[in-house]
Amino acid sequence: MPTEDEIFDKVREALMDALGVDDDEVVPTATLQGDLDAESIDFLDIVFRLEKAFDIKIERGELFPEDILTNADYVNDGKVNEEGIVKLRERMPFADLTKFESEPLVQNLGQQLTVKDMCNFVAHKLAA
Amino acid sequence: MRWFWIDRFTEFVCGSHAVAVKGVSLSEDHMHEHMVGYPIMPNSLVTEGLAQAGGLLVSEKYGFSELVVLGKIAKATFHTRVRNGDTLTYRVQVESVRGDGAAVSATAHVGDQLHAEALLFYARLGEDSGELSGAKLFSPRDLQHWLSLVGVFEIGVREDGTPMKESDYPLQECPSTM
Repeated sequence: MPTEDEIFDKVREALMDALGVDDDEVVPTATLQGDLDAESIDFLDIVFRLEKAFDIKIERGELFPEDILTNADYVNDGKVNEEGIVKLRERMPFADLTKFESEPLVQNLGQQLTVKDMCNFVAHKLAA
Repeated sequence: MRWFWIDRFTEFVCGSHAVAVKGVSLSEDHMHEHMVGYPIMPNSLVTEGLAQAGGLLVSEKYGFSELVVLGKIAKATFHTRVRNGDTLTYRVQVESVRGDGAAVSATAHVGDQLHAEALLFYARLGEDSGELSGAKLFSPRDLQHWLSLVGVFEIGVREDGTPMKESDYPLQECPSTM
């Protein structure tokens, strides 16, 4: 099992290659979409590089549970409801959802995913 | 001009890799319009050829039944110049296929000379993409015509080595959807 620093270094390299950003931009608190300008297609690229870097398999919806966000049982008027929040917590134990929960608009979830969340996701996968 | 940037597949192994060729001719308009007086094949069109070859390989993985679009060129490097009379050989390799898209690595050679290397990402838009966007971007018949023109069913094999069969794919449906 790699150390936290080793995971961060590889995640940073994957993000630099996938997003064309400099190493000093990839800090733990940086958000992928807000600070590093990741677009939806970039997540395919990022996932591809993480799979190679850590020899893991990341299934669709594992990093970003879009099925919950598009399920009418969990979303009302563009906001994730209490039941949906519980589901998201279950599916995304690696992510800090505190900020999202304060205003759980569907579009906010992707925008609030941070580099630290990515590192936690990889650690979560490696520990599984 | 027609938007065909591969002439023919010479190898097509479902879910794995493919090889296609493109003959570069002085009769093509782009040879005269890219650098006037010095005809060379634009690298953007080499990239398009790689993307078309990889795109058909990925599309097969989804049964030639869903819309697959080039989403991102993560890398494209070029090493030489391609002149009239050259034959480009495109090699594409499926690196990863997921429910939402695929990654393909690609090279272009002229003879033994490496001309281009690329890493391409494709997005799978799904069966309902036409309904969502209001119009189908590709009819199965057009796709079937293209696959026939470039010889996919003549030389294509499944992963187990058995020949591909056109009848295994839904390429004749919805003839009036364009």
